[in-house]
Amino acid sequence: MTDTPRSFQEIILRLQTYWAAKGCAILQPYDMEVGAGTFHPATTLRSLGALPWAAAYVQPSRRPTDGRYGENPNRLQHYYQYQVLIKPSPPDLQDLYLGSLEAIGINMEMHDIRFVEDDWESPTLGAWGLGWEVWCDGMEVSQFTYFQQVGGHDCHPVSGELTYGLERLAMYVLGVDHVMDMPFNDPDAPIPLTYGDVFKQAEQEHSRYNFDVADTDALLKHFEDAERECAAILSHDQIDPKTGHKIVMALPAYDQAIKASHLFNLLDARGVISVTERQAYIGRVRALTKLCADAFVQTAAGGAK
Amino acid sequence: MPDLLIELFSEEIPARMQAKAAADLKRMVTDGLVEAGLTYAAAGAFATPRRLALSVEGLTAESPDTREERKGPKVGAPEKAIEGFCRGAGVAREALEVRDTGKGEVYFAVIEQPGRQAAEIIAEVLDQTIRNFPWPKSMRWGAGSLKWVRPLHSILCILSDEGGAQIVPFEIDGITASDSTRGHRFMAPDAFSVTSFEDYETKLKRAKVVLRADERADLICSEASNQAFAAGLDLVEDPGLLAEVAGLVEWPVVLMGTIAEDFLGLPPEVLTASMKEHQKFFSVRDKTGQVVRFVTVANRETRDGGQTILAGNQKVLFARLSDAKFFWENDLRIATEGGQAWLDALDNVTFHNKLGTVAELVDRMARLSREVAPLVGADPDQAEQAARFAKADLSSEMVYEFPDLQGLMGRYYAQEAGLPDAVAHAAQEHYAPLGPSDTVPTAPVSVAVALAEKLDKLTGFWAIDEKPTGSKDPFALRRAALGVIRLVLENDLRLRLDRFIDAQLVRQKVKVEASLTHDEVAELVDMIAKHGVFGAAYRTMKDAWSSAEKPLSNGFGALAATVPDKSSDLLSFLHDRLKVYLRDQGISHDVIDASLAMPGNDDLLLLVKRARALAAFLQTDDGENLIQGFKRANNILTQAEEKDGVEYSFGADVKFADTDEERALFAALDAAERNIAAAMEAEDFAAAMSAMAALRAPIDAFFEAVQINTESEVLRRNRLNLLHRIRTICLAVADLRKLEG
Repeated sequence: MTDTPRSFQEIILRLQTYWAAKGCAILQPYDMEVGAGTFHPATTLRSLGALPWAAAYVQPSRRPTDGRYGENPNRLQHYYQYQVLIKPSPPDLQDLYLGSLEAIGINMEMHDIRFVEDDWESPTLGAWGLGWEVWCDGMEVSQFTYFQQVGGHDCHPVSGELTYGLERLAMYVLGVDHVMDMPFNDPDAPIPLTYGDVFKQAEQEHSRYNFDVADTDALLKHFEDAERECAAILSHDQIDPKTGHKIVMALPAYDQAIKASHLFNLLDARGVISVTERQAYIGRVRALTKLCADAFVQTAAGGAK
Repeated sequence: MPDLLIELFSEEIPARMQAKAAADLKRMVTDGLVEAGLTYAAAGAFATPRRLALSVEGLTAESPDTREERKGPKVGAPEKAIEGFCRGAGVAREALEVRDTGKGEVYFAVIEQPGRQAAEIIAEVLDQTIRNFPWPKSMRWGAGSLKWVRPLHSILCILSDEGGAQIVPFEIDGITASDSTRGHRFMAPDAFSVTSFEDYETKLKRAKVVLRADERADLICSEASNQAFAAGLDLVEDPGLLAEVAGLVEWPVVLMGTIAEDFLGLPPEVLTASMKEHQKFFSVRDKTGQVVRFVTVANRETRDGGQTILAGNQKVLFARLSDAKFFWENDLRIATEGGQAWLDALDNVTFHNKLGTVAELVDRMARLSREVAPLVGADPDQAEQAARFAKADLSSEMVYEFPDLQGLMGRYYAQEAGLPDAVAHAAQEHYAPLGPSDTVPTAPVSVAVALAEKLDKLTGFWAIDEKPTGSKDPFALRRAALGVIRLVLENDLRLRLDRFIDAQLVRQKVKVEASLTHDEVAELVDMIAKHGVFGAAYRTMKDAWSSAEKPLSNGFGALAATVPDKSSDLLSFLHDRLKVYLRDQGISHDVIDASLAMPGNDDLLLLVKRARALAAFLQTDDGENLIQGFKRANNILTQAEEKDGVEYSFGADVKFADTDEERALFAALDAAERNIAAAMEAEDFAAAMSAMAALRAPIDAFFEAVQINTESEVLRRNRLNLLHRIRTICLAVADLRKLEG
């Protein structure tokens, strides 16, 4: 299947079909604001512990500082990532990945695919891994990472993570120069819609809000609330007094960590965090994700007996 | 003699690690083989993005038998000792031999190790090599525990001789050695087997893999140059980029593309930086030096001759350069307004959390540049202006995106702001020299700001006790010190560093301790300018204040307690770097020490002139002998002074001279004293040395003819006083006591 797709959604659908056929559970996006697909608990938390895992999903991602009011050809404050996580990383993961590029219409016979060193590190997740950015004809189309540590825990077995920046990849495959001009559904559909039809107004509104309007005092307060709540959740006894079962609550706590992380991103976009404070905030978020990771490995999904 | 071939086949190895990894593989394996008793004729190691390979020729087929005899306890020694000896030697009690050594009967153990097959040794060595490989960063993958730079997929390991090839039995973490490998990931992915290194290299090439990195680099370089030449253009050579690109491809295919018209107005350095940093493209320029095309290196051939690949790369470049152009145009707007917005923004940029913001740094640099300016032939106003603009580009969008363009963008933007050329050049050159081989600026304004930048940095980190230790030098202070040295020496600058070090240290300390008032600082710095070294200035200022009955702040006392020490410590750091610098030029350390011991050693040019003259003097026959004469005089005098408990510095009187030789020495010393004083006055060290050389014959003759410790106390004292004159006169030139040998 190397015929060229015609729309943004067709590329997403082909990736879903491809990875479903390779045995991944096709999950839905996590219902919270996150900066990248990695934050989805299906990646961060599921990369911990010994249980095997294979999942793929689209994750809407928000980076308030990247907002450009919908004017920049390829910068957005809200965009989509396609994320694949397989544990343990299979020996043919590179080939599987290349197959996914073929599935979305990139003909390996005509293009130059390169694996260029790019070590991944997420200071807020306390995570790092080794891998590459994958280049197609000089353009970065994906991140390919073997997780070594998440939330301060060594990954054993190691997960292989693939992240596709969907808009950029699709623009390349579809030959579009400005993201807002990209066909979202089929151009011959009765009601053809472009990416701009769907998202231009949202980009404008969120850019204005993120940069100039968001109430920084409220955001700071929310940040502190989320931070407190996260720690409070995990301070409860692991045995639920009502049911008498061990119920650790790593996931609700992690939701609070995600919230804190996004609030930090918003504060950063508002320009109220100085260079020195920045490190301190990142450290506070990392402390939360570490707490959650510590809790998760004590749960069944985290591999606890 | 068999040949060994090893290939470790993995997922893509970072380009920057390949060359060292190949060298490490060779070192670790051959060291291991030799240690186990094998020998070999030659070895070569190779790397591509997906493989490390090692070829060892003429390996011995087995290690030799070894026989070792060990002498043990005497017969009749305690049983425990004998048992211990057996355990240590690894032999059974019954196998011990008893020999008569002439001093009684003694047990001997004979340890015989039969030789081992090469294959067995190779398997052990390879296992250790893989497990202990010094990758800068390594990782685990899947469910295994082995570590490698990226997942390791297969291992080829064969021994081959005339009889054919044999796989070396070897297994590590589930990977079993074989005689097969794979070709290019896309163009020839199938496995094939090989029988020797020649066969391996030939088959790889057929499978679209060029094994040798230098061959890939040569291919890229010659093909790129040819394509550029054919278009009437020149390739901009970049050895670092070439090595990196050669490590990204197994089958290099060179493609030249065009840069859209819209971007040709960007400075060529911006085009080059953007293309290199983000895309790893080479630049191609026309005869005027404008960058007009790019070269990219693909990893495969395609049936459309690379057209699709090139079109894709051009598109990516278009987006990249659109960004660069956007930055450039935004920056130009601020530059034409004079760049004030950038200077204001430096208030918010931390230079170092103890040393304040970049804006404060700029302010200190500006003051120091102004003070240094007259001594380097620069206009003080211009030097200050240059220093104040020197860091402006750090706030620009272009430098934020491409940090390597700092300084260069400053020059462009200063020109755009209508600043004088000297100021624009200083913006670029004040960082120089960045290393021992970097060019030293010569334009006076650039020199003033470059010196100020480095002295400020050194004094700053000295003020907060962040000196380099051992191999740790995170702020590149050794480089800064060498920069000061080269700026002074290569520009023939006469200046006393002490004064600037002190002034800047005070400014730094004030920042750190925030304890002196602004007026106090200004006055103190003024004093330093007038009185030179800190101690004198400090006292002068203290006196001035106490007589005027001004209250002295507590900060002043704190400064007085620390600054003089830090000042001399920093000067001796500079001296240490100078020693390294001069040693590389063949001047030995004792010669430098002899010159360092002289006053005014913060004037580096004077110091070096003295050291050079002394080194040249010591090469001469007169020089060498004079030093011996001096040492003899000095030794006798020192001993006498110690014994008598007095200093013989009363002056010798010629009327007590007893011999012709003694009188001749008086005359020679009178002449030398005059000549040396005149030469020193003129700072003509060569003349001073040759005036000193004239003392050689009279001193030699004096020691030949005269007994110092004579019975007449008057004569003895006079002669010791004469020796004292020799010492004083010679020490006026350099501290000859520090010379060795």
